[in-house]
Amino acid sequence: MTRVFISRDMASVALGSDSLAAAFSAAGCDVVRTGSRGLFRLEPMVEVERDGERSGFGPVAAEDVSSVLHGTHPNALGPVDALPYFASQQRFTFARCGVIDPLDVKDYAAHDGWRGLEAARAMAPQAVVDCVKGSGLRGRGGAGFPTGIKWQTVLDAQGGDKFIVCNADEGDSGTFADRMLMEGDPFCLIEGMAIAGHAVGASRGYIYIRSEYPFAIQAMREAISRASAIIAPFTLEVREGAGAYVCGEETALLDSIEGKRGQVRAKPPLPALQGLFGKPTVINNVLSLAAVPFILHHGAEAYAGVGFGRSRGTMPVQLAGNVKNGGLYEVGFGITLGELVHDIGGGTESGRPVRAVQVGGPLGAYFPPSMFHIPFDYEKFAKAGGLIGHAGITVFDDTVDMAHMARFAMEFCAVESCGKCTPCRIGSTRGVEVLDKIIAGRSGAQRGDVSLPTGLDAALYSRAPKLKDASVSAQTDLLRDLCDTMKFGSLCALGGFTPYPVLSALDYFPEDFGAPVSASEDAEVSL
Amino acid sequence: MILSSSWMEPKLGGHITDSRGISDASSLVDRLVVQYGRKRDALLPILHAFQHEIGYIDDAAVPLIATALNISRADVHGVVTFYHDFRRTPAGRHVVKLCRAESCQARGGAMIEEAAMDKLGVKMGETRRDGAVTLEAIYCLGLCAIGPNALVDGRPVAKVNAAVLDRIADEVAA
Repeated sequence: MTRVFISRDMASVALGSDSLAAAFSAAGCDVVRTGSRGLFRLEPMVEVERDGERSGFGPVAAEDVSSVLHGTHPNALGPVDALPYFASQQRFTFARCGVIDPLDVKDYAAHDGWRGLEAARAMAPQAVVDCVKGSGLRGRGGAGFPTGIKWQTVLDAQGGDKFIVCNADEGDSGTFADRMLMEGDPFCLIEGMAIAGHAVGASRGYIYIRSEYPFAIQAMREAISRASAIIAPFTLEVREGAGAYVCGEETALLDSIEGKRGQVRAKPPLPALQGLFGKPTVINNVLSLAAVPFILHHGAEAYAGVGFGRSRGTMPVQLAGNVKNGGLYEVGFGITLGELVHDIGGGTESGRPVRAVQVGGPLGAYFPPSMFHIPFDYEKFAKAGGLIGHAGITVFDDTVDMAHMARFAMEFCAVESCGKCTPCRIGSTRGVEVLDKIIAGRSGAQRGDVSLPTGLDAALYSRAPKLKDASVSAQTDLLRDLCDTMKFGSLCALGGFTPYPVLSALDYFPEDFGAPVSASEDAEVSL
Repeated sequence: MILSSSWMEPKLGGHITDSRGISDASSLVDRLVVQYGRKRDALLPILHAFQHEIGYIDDAAVPLIATALNISRADVHGVVTFYHDFRRTPAGRHVVKLCRAESCQARGGAMIEEAAMDKLGVKMGETRRDGAVTLEAIYCLGLCAIGPNALVDGRPVAKVNAAVLDRIADEVAA
């Protein structure tokens, strides 16, 4: 019987891989449902195994079964691994994704699975923590804090119960690596969490997955039940989110697991010392924990051997939005933004010029093509006024209206604010209002014919008459002032980082905010 | 892994404010605390399961859940109203969630949003008067390279365009 491999990743299913699988099954094939390889232009894709070699066809439809099986389908790809998009990657974390049956424990073991856990169990907890420290692994959720140091804090913390919490509340638009890993290689995350448990002395872990990822929730739950004997005495449980973006913030996430409103906690105390249920807690992103089995199996040096500056190892970059080769691309740090967008991503799908890319989700900065020489590195991005975040890159073509995108950033913050701190709760709404005035006023820029406050509203401005000025330039100044307040006055990254997309849009695309066109050429772009 | 699209469809319909509804809800809460425990951290799993069974979390259920977990009604109310997923009124027979996030916008999402409201005959965030469909905004399904995306009764749909919206409208009407 011919074996064929078809992805059951949520993205592949959205593109029709379920009906494809049914068609191959009806044709008498042995269908193995895998995760996604990560290049969505080729999906739905099928790989046919002949003489132990897998050969891909994609995209294909259910009616193409016979031409695929006869090898005459025009979209023949040959061995998928050999395609330039895949051959040029450094797949440390995603080595198995798209290759194995995600829920087959034996298949996982046959592809180097559980080796990291075996290695860790043969080591003292301190040695495991030292290994993670030596790898240079930094938090892949966005903050980039050294994972080993976090683990050391929890290892050193006094007290009986400790917890491992996996942050799988991947709410950033343009990111899907966590989802792909949980659906395509869930045992890898389980193994990473079991290693963390051994390293810090925790016997229980939670995986908090957003409810928008029903496939990942189901895959993780099934994988946990199949791996329970292997990871014992460590135990794991999946907790489902409920549609609150802010729960991706680690302390809000802990409150949510505890059954409370997902509101941000003030730090200190650090979650490493007083985290879940007040106990010492390791809280790491999916990609941080999923990088650990490789590090323990191959050694810290093998991981630290690739990278750039203080950003060691690989980053599963996600190419999203209006991009031709959208998908997952795992590569060592140091690759430039331009290489990712143009060489790997192939430019926009619409064929129009790239105007802006947003890196790091709704809280990340918008960069113009003039900044595409920036290398992918935590420090370089911070210096350029942005962040890597979860390494999602959303590409926009020249039809984008950056003032609308800035308004959306504020609107999103207003919708998702937990409400605990004022700059975020109120500032985001005021930001939408100010941007509405700018958008309304920019066509007749500088006219200042937006209605002036009257009555009580006018009284509110009595101390600051300047703020009554409804001209675009005055409102722009007000917006900058507001962003400054949000950036430095907010409790967490939601309010604190919303100014990044707003200010970067304002700085690099001033012509969209009613500024004279020549101003954009003066915008200083330096590193 | 076979994922049925009915994972989020309510099994029971109707309001629970009548006396029979209350006793149904009460026995459901009793069942759920046996399954998830009586600790505070069982609240979200219980609310998810309750909504899965009944379709929404009626205000009348709040004191039942509060008593079962030995927390205040305000605590339960606060949690129900904080999270976007929990409904306090029944949804339409079909639920269409359309992504509004940046990556879908980069692929024409704003136009699709307008078209969806037009074709489905309902505003974003509302249920159509005949109860056939609820249209909701969602912020990212993690299918960001193949947008604009939607979740139609729990089933992911990529590359939403006018033709796909017509199919969704037909599905909803059926």
